[in-house]
Amino acid sequence: MQEQDDFLNKLCDIYKPEKDNLIQMLNEIQEHYGYIPQEAQEILSEFLSIPMAEIYGVVTFYSRFTLKPKGKYSISVCLGTACFVKGSQKIMDRLTERLCIKPGETTKDGKFSIDQTRCVGACGLAPVFTVNGEVYGKATVKKLDEVLDKLMKE
Amino acid sequence: MKSLKEIHKIREEKRNELDLRVNTKADTREKHILVCHGTGCTSSKSPEILKRFREILEEKGIENVRVIQTGCFGLCAKGPIVIIRPEDTFYAMVTPEDCEEIIETHIINGDRVERLLCKDIDGKIVSKLDDLNFYKKQKRIALKNCGIINPEDIDEYIAFDGYLALEKVLSDMKPEEVIETVRNSGLRGRGGAGFPTGKKWELTRASEGKQKYVVCNADEGDPGAFMDRSILEGDPHSVLEAMAIAAYAIGADKGYIYVRAEYPIAVERLKLAINQAREYGILGKNIFGKNFNFDIEIRLGAGAFVCGEETALLESIEGRRGQPRVKPPYPATAGLWGKPTLINNVETYANIAQIILKGADWYSSIGTKNSKGTKVFALGGNVNNIGLVEVPMGTTLREIVYDIGGGIPNGREFKAAQTGGPSGGCIPKEHLDTPIDYESLKQIGSMMGSGGLIIMDDTKCMVCLAKFYLEFTVSESCGKCTPCRIGTKRMLEILTRLCNGEGEEFDIYRLEKLASNIQKASICGLGQSAPNPVISTLKYFREEFRQHAIQKECKTLECKAMAKITIDEEKCKGCGLCQKNCPVNAIDGEGRDKRIINQEKCIKCGTCITSCPFHAIGN
Repeated sequence: MQEQDDFLNKLCDIYKPEKDNLIQMLNEIQEHYGYIPQEAQEILSEFLSIPMAEIYGVVTFYSRFTLKPKGKYSISVCLGTACFVKGSQKIMDRLTERLCIKPGETTKDGKFSIDQTRCVGACGLAPVFTVNGEVYGKATVKKLDEVLDKLMKE
Repeated sequence: MKSLKEIHKIREEKRNELDLRVNTKADTREKHILVCHGTGCTSSKSPEILKRFREILEEKGIENVRVIQTGCFGLCAKGPIVIIRPEDTFYAMVTPEDCEEIIETHIINGDRVERLLCKDIDGKIVSKLDDLNFYKKQKRIALKNCGIINPEDIDEYIAFDGYLALEKVLSDMKPEEVIETVRNSGLRGRGGAGFPTGKKWELTRASEGKQKYVVCNADEGDPGAFMDRSILEGDPHSVLEAMAIAAYAIGADKGYIYVRAEYPIAVERLKLAINQAREYGILGKNIFGKNFNFDIEIRLGAGAFVCGEETALLESIEGRRGQPRVKPPYPATAGLWGKPTLINNVETYANIAQIILKGADWYSSIGTKNSKGTKVFALGGNVNNIGLVEVPMGTTLREIVYDIGGGIPNGREFKAAQTGGPSGGCIPKEHLDTPIDYESLKQIGSMMGSGGLIIMDDTKCMVCLAKFYLEFTVSESCGKCTPCRIGTKRMLEILTRLCNGEGEEFDIYRLEKLASNIQKASICGLGQSAPNPVISTLKYFREEFRQHAIQKECKTLECKAMAKITIDEEKCKGCGLCQKNCPVNAIDGEGRDKRIINQEKCIKCGTCITSCPFHAIGN
């Protein structure tokens, strides 16, 4: 992909080829593509002189990095303590029930993916879930259903 | 580049201009509308509110009124929050639609918008921030500027004595004197362990090596804790200033801030702050014209709780998997790239400038014998005033929960509080009067931790809570050492059995044995403290564990496998409210019949229990 190459080339221009830049560059790649493509890992491996195995080790260690693309609507349910105490597990249960996928998975049509996060920092609004980063606070199963119904129609 | 003289001038002019922010009697015709832009309020649309205010002011051609974004005011439960200064009027739960009315009624007519005023827990309407019970027992040192200044404007930080401590240190103090001041203040690490900060600085200074580093640990991973984030979002320069002071004291010229990528607002404000400080020559070469160089880089974390452990954090900065190193050597002797490195937490740094300016004696006069100063807590869970509080060490849990937190909602009972997150423990009712300081908390089997304080009411099952924390540790264990990697997994399996009603009495013994082994044999703090939530819940709620293991009973509704909700026939009046509210139509009966729950359909959500006006439903 031309566009992909452009982005990665630019990235290699901004950063110096030093090993400690690996996580910073991976963060940018994750942000840009929504996951870490295999080709990107290969380019990083060459650019930073780090073996592929080691890069794979780093990618799988940190929960922010994913090897598969996220859905068009990436829904995260906060399971931090404050949200948990306020019942966010019920929200998660409902979500997995309705979309028939587990946390970390994407629906077959690529429309939805579910994640569990630990504390997005909006504890005052607990329980919360986010859709592509937008926070829905004081969530209830009903509220989630409304949001899902709306997104499914789109 | 700005000369010292120019910075002094900015300080003086800005301070006069901003007097109305802190002085309710300020003699001015100006008004400042402060809109909270912490994560909580931003999530509930505070940027739109800010925009709307500015639009209306422009439409109406009103001058002398400025709209400013600030850091967190603390009372997140009432967000989005708008405060109008100098009169200090506090509006809660404001929406963009309310802006017009606030401008018309408050700014133009000089009245108050009564319906947006905050109702305190005792039912009183409060118009001023300082009159809220929530703020009365608080003392703000680390959060001093949060909610007062615009965090994206370095001039506003400078106005309130910003970078004055750095100037004092560089002009009048030797590095040894700085360290002595920090040591005498009694400040201890706010990240959790409570190691004396001055001692850490001294050790790093004493380590041999030409290249040294200063690191700020902003990888706040404890679920339910947001103290550090609020400081970074509300007052980022205070951290930069303290890091520069630390660098001068230990002889470093390079600093790193390791911050969670999940905190986008904090990261943006830090970047902005670093750039502004560089423009002013406060970071860079020959700072304030002295022979002192220091610069800071940001490193983003990528979602690994274990990276809050200092050596794992160093590994991550170096670009590797965040697995802890075996200590010793400690980072003070061999840290980043093997060089002596000073690592402190955000909140620890946020105290430093104040200590330098006001003196060690002032700081050590606050708090208890061995724990000085204040501590910021992120108060959350089943408590009325959810938010950020800063209290002097030695304040009791009861004061925090009831006086500041406003007690437990829905008339429920306090059951326990959890401090220290997954590394800490719970505090039951009988210890509500324990003064909060490092030693007292340790004595009762908990720990200070980074400052997450989660309150639980009597609907919470403590076995489930222990299971929740173990789930967290299992998924966050880095896998380097066996006791933590496998031991915590085995503990989780046992707890899951107990919650499913499949446990046995001997499981409690197994849990204790495993806990003690994991504590002794793990290599880092995460592993050593992983069993704490189990140990402390077992200590105070043993009976509950026994009920789960032997009677296969859970008094709350949380262990779904064991819960059975029934309707008391004598109390049921047949009103049908439970039936109306049941999300899965699991309640049978018509007209004025006594209702019956269909156990096969029931998902044990508890909606019927709360909806019954006659308290006829229970488990």
